[in-house]
Formats: sequence, structure tokens, C-alpha cells
Amino acid sequence: MRKKQLMALSTSSVITLKINGEKHTLPVDHRTTLLDALRERLDLTGTKKGCDQGQCGACTVLLDGRRSVACLQLAVTAEGREITTIEGVADGERLHPVQQAFLELDGYQCGYCTPGQICAAIGVIEEHAAGWPSAVTEDVRPEAGPPDLTAEEIRERMSGNLCRCGAYVSIVEAVARAAQTRQDAATALPDAEEAVA
Amino acid sequence: MREFDYQRAHDVAGAVALLGTDPDTRFLGGGTNLVDLMKSGVERPARLVDIRELPLDDVESTPEGGLRIGATVTNADLAAHPEVRRRYPALAQAVLAGASGQLRNMATVGGNLLQRTRCGYFTDVTRPCNKRLPGSGCPAVQGEHHNHAILGASDHCVAVHPSDMAVALTAFDAVVHFETADGPGRLPLADFYLPVGDTPHRETALPPGALITGVTLPPAPVAARSRYRKVRERASYAFAIGSLAAALDIRDGVVRDARLAFGAVASRPWRALAAERVLVGAAAGAEAYAAAADAELAAARPLPHNGYKVDLMRNLVVAVLSELAEEAAR
Amino acid sequence: MTAATTETAAHAPVVGTGHTRIEGRDKVTGAARYAAEVPFAGLAHGWLVLSTVARGRIRALDTDRVLAMPGVLAVLDHRNALRLTTDYTGLLGTRPDPTCAVFQHDRVPHLGWPVALVVAETSEQAREAAEALVVHYEQEPHDIELTAEHPGAYPVDGHMPAVTGKGDLEAGLAASAVVVDAEYTTPEEHHNPMEPHAATARWDGGRLEVIDSNQGVTWVVGELANLFSLDPAAVRVRSEHVGGGFGSKGVRAHQVAAVMAATLLQRPVRVVLTRRQMFSLAGYRSPTTQRVRLGAGPDGRLVALEHRSISLTSTVHEFVEPSAAVARVMYDADAHHTANRVVRLDVPTPTWMRAPGEAPGSFALEAALDELAEKCGIDPVELRLRNEPERGPVSGLPFAGRNLAACFREGARRFGWADRDRRPRQRRDGRWLLGTGTAAASFPSGAAPSTATATAHPDGTFTVRISAADIGTGARTALGLVAADALQVPPDRIRVRIGDSDFGPAMIAGGSMGTRSWSWAVKAAAGELRERLALGADIPPEGVTVRSDTTEAIGSLAPAERHSFGAQFAEVAVDPATGEVRVRRMLGIFAAGRIVNPLTARNQFRGGMIWGISMALHEEAVRDRASGGPVGADLAGYHVATHADVPHIEADWIDDTDPEDPVGIKGIGEIGIVGAAAAVANAVWHATGVRHRSLPIRPDRVLSAPGPAGAPDA
Repeated sequence: MRKKQLMALSTSSVITLKINGEKHTLPVDHRTTLLDALRERLDLTGTKKGCDQGQCGACTVLLDGRRSVACLQLAVTAEGREITTIEGVADGERLHPVQQAFLELDGYQCGYCTPGQICAAIGVIEEHAAGWPSAVTEDVRPEAGPPDLTAEEIRERMSGNLCRCGAYVSIVEAVARAAQTRQDAATALPDAEEAVA
Repeated sequence: MREFDYQRAHDVAGAVALLGTDPDTRFLGGGTNLVDLMKSGVERPARLVDIRELPLDDVESTPEGGLRIGATVTNADLAAHPEVRRRYPALAQAVLAGASGQLRNMATVGGNLLQRTRCGYFTDVTRPCNKRLPGSGCPAVQGEHHNHAILGASDHCVAVHPSDMAVALTAFDAVVHFETADGPGRLPLADFYLPVGDTPHRETALPPGALITGVTLPPAPVAARSRYRKVRERASYAFAIGSLAAALDIRDGVVRDARLAFGAVASRPWRALAAERVLVGAAAGAEAYAAAADAELAAARPLPHNGYKVDLMRNLVVAVLSELAEEAAR
Repeated sequence: MTAATTETAAHAPVVGTGHTRIEGRDKVTGAARYAAEVPFAGLAHGWLVLSTVARGRIRALDTDRVLAMPGVLAVLDHRNALRLTTDYTGLLGTRPDPTCAVFQHDRVPHLGWPVALVVAETSEQAREAAEALVVHYEQEPHDIELTAEHPGAYPVDGHMPAVTGKGDLEAGLAASAVVVDAEYTTPEEHHNPMEPHAATARWDGGRLEVIDSNQGVTWVVGELANLFSLDPAAVRVRSEHVGGGFGSKGVRAHQVAAVMAATLLQRPVRVVLTRRQMFSLAGYRSPTTQRVRLGAGPDGRLVALEHRSISLTSTVHEFVEPSAAVARVMYDADAHHTANRVVRLDVPTPTWMRAPGEAPGSFALEAALDELAEKCGIDPVELRLRNEPERGPVSGLPFAGRNLAACFREGARRFGWADRDRRPRQRRDGRWLLGTGTAAASFPSGAAPSTATATAHPDGTFTVRISAADIGTGARTALGLVAADALQVPPDRIRVRIGDSDFGPAMIAGGSMGTRSWSWAVKAAAGELRERLALGADIPPEGVTVRSDTTEAIGSLAPAERHSFGAQFAEVAVDPATGEVRVRRMLGIFAAGRIVNPLTARNQFRGGMIWGISMALHEEAVRDRASGGPVGADLAGYHVATHADVPHIEADWIDDTDPEDPVGIKGIGEIGIVGAAAAVANAVWHATGVRHRSLPIRPDRVLSAPGPAGAPDA
């Protein structure tokens, strides 16, 4: 997996990161976060640095399909994982339904939190589809069944992504629309689930 | 952040061996707290041992009817697990009330137990702090402390433990399992966190070189009707200013069993045993709930700006126990 | 195609119709590059070192050890930095805040003052070296505490007179049937745009180029040229995408330090502020202590009004948060007195933050109006309608459109205000007490001189160039719509280029004046271009370009009271057991001039209202008295509203086209926050029966408050 260059105490490693389906081999200082590796080493600047402390969500990416903050993930620990950034969520020229909904419903203003909001929303929709409850789910017991993805559920699940411009209302509308798109696709054509995911 | 060596452990014995007794080496789980602390300079390890790949990522039922939770189970997986939600709903709620979806996908159970306080003086290396730099003083006592401890604190440190998960685990008598070079060991969560005293920098009773391997929850039928309520300064994605994990079993109008643990009021999750003693055997009702809260909070020693926490916890106990009683009556 | 190609017959106006953002696709795909994201070969990274004492002198810096660390290229401090010029007045008529003139002396006037810049090959190396730099200080006692009775308070004019007064206040109050006399406080608040301040500086062919995140490239060019004694033509600043500003993104320490380092090293240098550093270096809104005294007859008509505000500033620069000025526009009385005073303390310099003055001022004044309504037994909407002034209460000038009453009538209708029981603490939903509140809003409308060019290309497309900044307002898209109507072509035939100082001088994105000022210039250039093309001349390969300058047109506007207005409504739920407050719904109706793009404008109004929620319930920076520094200076310690705090919010407007503006615009950037916090606070009173006069209304304050919602047995 990991090609360590030195056996004794070493402060850097050559690693291979799999990002948006493409492999990138690079030497990294162990201190380098996945966020800085993306932005400063690989010119994948779509992932944003808002706080660098896990307190704003702007750097949200998908690690093995799950939303995570890249600022608290050391690059060296991301080796061997499937990394999806905002640059990799569209299907070629065709925007991901979440991207499309953000664009049409004006789910942003300055745009800086947007890649993180979109990656988070993709994660939220998948987590909800998997039946995960949230902090506002009235009854978390499995017998109660999965909660509807109401505006309140979306707000709670998206709360790890701050938007200082205050575009929250249209972001929630965009997430709801994209979730509906996924649900419609899943109902119409059970095999299409993968395509949306 | 200083430069550091990095190694991945693939099994428990290997991880323990890699750590050895080096005080400058740290285990790295999800990194959501450690990496942040390294950035702020609070932690300056020379070496990290990455334990994310250890085969400790399962939640399993124990033969007695409890659960065994691996140390590298993520917060998200713990909260989503059907048996956790069925048998210990307050634990699922507590985990879901913490941090954000992203952080819950990264953070691990073992790391969550070892979270450091979010006291603003502790995280700012330019300020004194007895927890970070023993003997340097505690500016919070005279300074900003509206979210600091009312129970079990000392003049040396008034910081609170930030975990939500650990509050629910404390209510349900969780036991922490660990591995050392000399073999495995276990600590009830009640004994896991050390009293503050004059050594606030010594936070847990884990022996040096120990790796947390998991947590077991004994069977607790009372936990099936349980609830976690967290109060914070915004509706989500914020640390608690007061929280409560509670479970209640009422039969024929009498409290048969009760579990209560408080969060964000002490240097550790605070099991409210005095309150439980008042409750068990008492006639269910707001009067008993208030008396229970008062019994626990009699020991509170609020600071000039956090006295509201006494009212908050009292009100939470009454409100949440009333809700649980109502739910049971339905 | 070479002939002139504007379509005169078929063009349907696009201003006033909803359009998605021109750069929308770039923003949702991550392709939009912000200041720290433009790559340069040979880039070096600078990291600022800030003082850890609040007052004193730098005795020594142990730079030798740091210079020996891996990758370190240079350490800049007051001993080796370029000398700067600070004796000038900038674009906005203000002198530079010495905080941005870094490393010029050994004095430390506040905690978090920039004392050095460490430059290294990588950001990791720069950060470690900066944190390793030991600085020795001679420390002096500091004073950081703002109090209502601070002996050092003095009146400061700022961009308006500090003190206004007419009539006998005490006599007016004595003669009033009903008097409200209350003190209100608001805390230190920080802009916290999501994109941290960032700049990359380099010398390129004898010109200084700075890739920056700011609210106005013209402004920043001017400041840098002055500071470094350069010909403005030798400085180019670009800011194509800006991740929010809210008043904080002008010239700051990081740009100046980056230019110094790039000059010394002769290679590109990037300096990015950390979130923690932003709490010391990016400016903030001063805390305020405000006293409002209102005297009225039994019918609620005001007889006497006094609004006094104290704010703080640093010891190195004078900035006033003019909170008391809002009364000069909103309400008249025979005795009418307002005063803004300032205290100089050992703190960083505050600055403009979304609705400077109006945001905290409207909280105090509109909360006091609500108290007056309660005391008079009059509906709060009716009270405001009864106190609508005919002319500017202080200026005596006519209003160039004052549609506040229409906003209240429309808002009250849509919010269901008529059914409201005026008595507090009447509604409950489970554990929640419910209440509703309202408040008025106003913000000045203005325009500042700008230049723009419009170019017709032979292929039938057009390019509009202006040094505008799109900090999230949708300016790029709005300007495209304005140009489309002026040229009478579909918007997709127009390219809009902004954020480059080489496009010529223009107003900043600030004061709710950006889109209005730029639209004026764009419409002038595009309109003239259309006229020129109508003559039928061929378009050469380089195109036909027309340049506009609005200086003269704007200068000829007659004096008047020009403002946007609005009515805010909020419904809140308060849990008296936990002190939690949640906003359940909110409605804002605005009279804010012509709305260019309803899709983005609604979003921006809502954003302002969300700032009001955040101000009312969450935001508060805490400063440690012992050290003089901030505590919890991050986004976990300083709470801004997140998704779960924000309910569905309706924002709408009434027709309010400004007849004096070529496009009819007034400006919408700030008015959304004005009055919003007061509406929430008034709703909290209505829910609980308790007045909260200090923001934010945190759970501990609700629990500790005397009265029915508190816990008297504490």
C-alpha cells in the first residue's frame, strides 16, 4: 500500500491518492492535510479552506463515499481510500442533480462554501437513503422506520456546513429537490440508483 | 505543527508495540480532535501511529444481551446501528447530537472518549492553562467561564468534557477495554476519567502505552426507554452547555429503575447517582424528578457566570423524565 | 459578420426577471478560483506572527533560529521591512488604519498586532516557523473594557456628524404621557466571511500584481500605491471571485506583508489569514452601549427622542459605529437628540460591518419602539405608522421615496399580524412559548462615481468591463442584465468582466452602493455604444469600445433623504426550561428600489435577515480582560447561524423604482439585517413577557433573566 521511503523516523512519504478515479503519486510532508494536498499540490482548488479546524464544512469531500472534512484528514492517512471532490461529482458535462439544483435555485451567494455544501448534500441524501436517523428524528428506533427527509431533517443534517452569506433557505430547497430527483429515479428505474449515487 | 513520523498499524499488538512507552507518540484515529490540536500547537507529537485500519470496527451483541463496540467504529456507524438504536436509543441520540455529519463519519468511539476540552484557554497556546501546561494557572476561573463546570471542578481547572457520546455511555455503565504490552485490561467508564484535583493534566486512568480496543455496554432493559437532550447556543453543530442522558422504568406509578448522566457540567461525563437513588422507589412525578435533580445539584459550586447551569440541569431532569414517563404511559 | 447587430424590435427587458448566476456553473463545479487558488511557479508562503500581549513594545525577536529552519526564506519585522507612507487619504475618504502598515515600529497597540511575517517554501514550513518565532515584549498595562460611563468617551463624526440636536429634551420627556428609558447593548461581532482573507503578490514586468480577495480592486490599488509610493498605474489587483466580505475585505495586513515579501524575495508570495488571525486582523463590529429615551403622548406620537451610542476603537485609528444615526432617518420629535461617541482602547480597530450603525442602532431603537407600543397599549405596527415623518427629522430634506408604510401594510397582511394578541406570553406549543415581533428597517441609498467600458465585437457579442466585485451579491449577473437592456440584446450575448483594476476606477462593493454605482456606469457605456452602432458603422476586428464615467451625473443629484426601507416580522419559540430560542418564521417586505434580478435579490435579502437572526441569538466575540485577547476565536467559539437555526424565510418587495437612478436601483445589500434582530428580540418579549436588551439572547441569559421566563428560584 504505502511506500515508505525511510525506515527510521521520517517526516515525509511518497503516497498515492485516488482522487475522482484518478491516481496521483506525490511526496508529502506528513503534516500536509488532504485539503492542502488537494489545493496546494494537485491544483484541485474546488475544495475550500474556510477554517482549517473542522468548524465550517467548506472542505467537505467524499471519502469512500462518505462526507468528511479534508482539513482534519492528513493526506498520508487518505492513501488507499476513494476520494471524491467537487471536481469529480458531475458526470462529464452533465451536472450532478445536487449541482443542478444549487444552480437553478440559487443555493449560494459568494460560492465559497458551495462545493462543501454540495458534497455534504450528496452524503446527506445517501445517508438518508440508507435509513440513518438524525438529531431531530423523533424516534430513532429501527422499528419507527426511516424519517421523511423534511426541511427540518435537511437543516439538521446540513448543519455542518456554514454559509455566512445566509443562502440557507435556497440550499435547503436545492437539497430537497435533488433528493426528490434521486427518489424518483430510484422508483422509476431501480437499477438507476447507482447512476445517481 | 512540528514534523512527525507516521506509521500505520495493522493489528492491535502491532499498534501497542509501535506506540511503546514513547511519550511523544500518539495513536491517530479519525483525527478530528488530534489533528486540530496539532494545528493549534496543543499537541506536538513526534510520531503518529494510525490505528484506523485495526479490526476494531464492529458493533456486536454480547451473550449477556449487551453490546460490544469496537474502538474504531465511527460515530456515524454507531448511531446508525440498529441494535444501538433499539436497545440504547439515548446513545444513538447523543452521538447524533454531536459535531456534524462529516465529523461523525470520521470520528471514532475510542477517540471520542479521549477528546480534550474545548475551553478557549486550553486551545490557545499563548494563554496559561493548568491542563495544558501544569502550574501555569487557570484564567477561566476569573475570566470567560459561562460554559464551564459546576460540578467536581477545582481551583486548578474548571473545564468541561465535550463528549455527548460519553454521557450516554456513562448512564449505561459502559466499560472501556484496552490493550497494553502486558496484556488486556478494562476500566468501568465511571473510573475512566480522573478527578480534577490539582492534576487537571491527568485526565484518564488508562495506563501508559494503552490502546483502547472497545467499549462494552451491559444489558440494561431500562435503556430501551431512554433519551438524550442537549442544550447548546445554536440549534446544531455546537458543543453542549448542558445535556442529559436519561432512562426511566415506571411500573404502577413507581420508578423501578432510572439512569441519569449530565454533560457539559464537569470535567467528565457526570453520572447522577444521587439523583438516581432519590428516584428509584419514588412515586413517579414532577415532584420526585425535581427532588432527584436537587439531590444531585446540591454539590454544585457554580462560578460567577455559570450559575444558570444549575437551573438548566434541574429543568432538564424534570422535563426529560416527564417526557419519558408520558411516553411510557402511551 | 461586421455590421452593427443590436436588435431594436424584439428585445424584451430582462432587468426585473430572474436569472441564474453567470458564474453559477463555475461555482457548483469548483472551477471558480478564489484568491488563494491561482497557481504561480515559484510560489512562496508567508505566515503572519501576531503579538501575544495587548500593549507594550517589542524588545527582541529571535529570528536566527527561525531562519535556520527547513524551507524558511525570510523573516520580515520592524527592523528590516520596507518603509511605508501612511500620510494620505484613500478612495473612501479615510486615512489608512495603521494596522495594515505592517512592521513600521516596535509599538504593540493590541493583542494580535502583526509583528512579523515568516516566508517559507511550503505553507507547513511557514506555519511551523512562524509559531516557533519567539518574540520578547516589554509589556504595559492595558484597558480593553467598554463601559457606558467610560471617562474617555468623545464624539466622533465618521462619515456623518457625531451629534445632532433640536428642541428641549428634558422638557419634552417631562411633558410626555409615556416615557421609555432603556439601555441596550450589542457585543463585538465579526464578519467571518467563509473565504479567509488571502493575497498573492508578485512583480511582473515592472508591475506589481496582487491576486486578492477584496470588495474593490480600485480601492486596494489606491491603498497599495500610496503605502508603497508607487504609481497607481504600476499596480494591478485582481479579484475575480470573492468568498464574502461584509465590510471586512479592504486593505489589511496580509496584502501589505505579501507585497513586502514579494519585493524582497522577487518571487510570488501568498499570505492567507487563519480563521483565528481574522479575529484580530480583519476588523469587526464594535460592541455598543446605547441609551434610548422616548417620550410620547397617549396616542403614541413621539414628543421627545434621544438616542446615544458608545462604541470603541483602537488607539491607532479612529472608527465610529454610528448607531445613533438611525433615529435621524426613522422618527421625528420636537425634541430630537442623537450622539455617537467613541472610546479608545487597547483593541484592534473595528470597521464597517454589514449595515454599520443601522444594525446595532436599529436593534436599540426598534426595541425601544416596541416597549413604547406596549406602554401605550398600541399595536407596534400602528405605532410606527403614526410616527411616519414628512421630512428628514434632522436634515429637514424631503424623502426621495419613503415607502415604509406600504411595507408594513403588505407585511402585516402576509404575516397574519391582524390576528395577533398584543399581550405577551399567550401562546404555547408543547414546551415552547410562542411570540411574534416586528421592526422597521432603513438604509441609505447612494451611488459613487464609476467607470465602465462596453465593447461590441464583430461576431455580434459584447463585452462589458468594470472594476466591480461580486462578493456574492450577484453583481456580475445583474450587470449583464443591465447591459442587455441598454444594448437591447439577449444577456447570453454579453460577457461581463469584473474584478480587475485595469478596467478603470469604480466603486467598491459596499454601502449597498455597488450594484447601483456600477449599473449606472454600465448602462451609460452600453447605451452610448448602442447609439453609436445604430449609425451603422462596421465593427473592426478589435471591436468598438465606449467608455463611461458617472462622476458628473452623480455629482449633480440634488440633496435629499435617500433610503431603502423595510418591515421585518418574526415568530419565535422560547423554551423557558432551557432558555433556547428558535425563530420559526420570518418575513421581510422591502422598498429598496428596482430589483434587477429577483432570484439573487431574494437570496440576498434573506441573507441579511439571517444575519439578523444570528445577531439576535448567536454572535458574540468574548474578549479576555486579563490578556486583552479574544477567547474562543474560531467558528466553534464564535457562533454564526447554521442551517438548523434558520427557518423558511420570506423576503419580498413592493414597487419602489428610484426615479433619479438610470436603472431605478436603490441598493439591497444591507437593509435585510436592519431591524431583523429587533424583530426577533421583540418576538422573544411577546413570547415570554421578558425584555432582553442585551444581545445575543443566549440560553443562559434567558434562564438568568428576572421575570416569568427566568428561573426565580435560582
